[in-house]
Amino acid sequence: MATKEEQQAYAKKIKPIQPKPPYVLNCVKAFLVGGLICLIGQAIQKFYMTYFNFSEETAGNPTVATLILIAALLTGLGVYDKIGQFAGAGSVVPVTGFSNAVTSAALEHKSEGLVLGVATNLFKLAGAVIVFGAVAAYIFGMIRYIFQHVI
Amino acid sequence: MEFFWAFVIGGAICVVGQLMMDIFKLTPAHVTTSFVVIGALLDAFGIYDNLIKFAGAGATVPITSFGHSLLHGAMASADEHGFIGIAIGIFELTSAGISSAILFGFLVAVIFEPKG
Repeated sequence: MATKEEQQAYAKKIKPIQPKPPYVLNCVKAFLVGGLICLIGQAIQKFYMTYFNFSEETAGNPTVATLILIAALLTGLGVYDKIGQFAGAGSVVPVTGFSNAVTSAALEHKSEGLVLGVATNLFKLAGAVIVFGAVAAYIFGMIRYIFQHVI
Repeated sequence: MEFFWAFVIGGAICVVGQLMMDIFKLTPAHVTTSFVVIGALLDAFGIYDNLIKFAGAGATVPITSFGHSLLHGAMASADEHGFIGIAIGIFELTSAGISSAILFGFLVAVIFEPKG
């Protein structure tokens, strides 16, 4: 095994010859696809507000659920991965990326069975988001509670 | 106009994620977890609500809103039940997202065959 110094020296050595990612082009792609997903979300939200009497605050929940359904189907059809290759963060950051992480992890382990494969691996990739989100919300919630009610 | 701002703000949040991936060489998992923590942090200062008012789905669709909803549910429940309310309410607003991700993820995995 290489020591830490050796690893760092190697990383330094290969840095100038690594291909630079096309920063601007990647950002434009992420902006367009990410913006488009949010635009679709806005249209779905508008639909729920107009036809199902949701308020602006409550319409977020069915909107997110609908986007998750669409992204899960696109993942099953193999389309979302193609979008992801083009869009980079544009398909990762919206909630559809969360759905894609759940569905693709489940699909990948389907051959191991429904219980040990699909159900066990469902949150293999997306679990980190829930863990960090819940821990952060707990900590910030406690700090804010102490500021609001105790001090 | 609301569609325009949803597009611009939602796209801008994705550009921040893309820069984190390209410049700091973070994996998508690291970007999304950072965004959830940032979303909760912004909600702790009450900033994220203003962003939602301004950008609509441009702020509720990116994963940052997941962190915002976690903290929001926790605080709403804390007002009602005191300190223990944080634990009761933390998943209240995100329930739709998580439960539908479980349901649809499971169903799709059962129905479809893995590609490639």
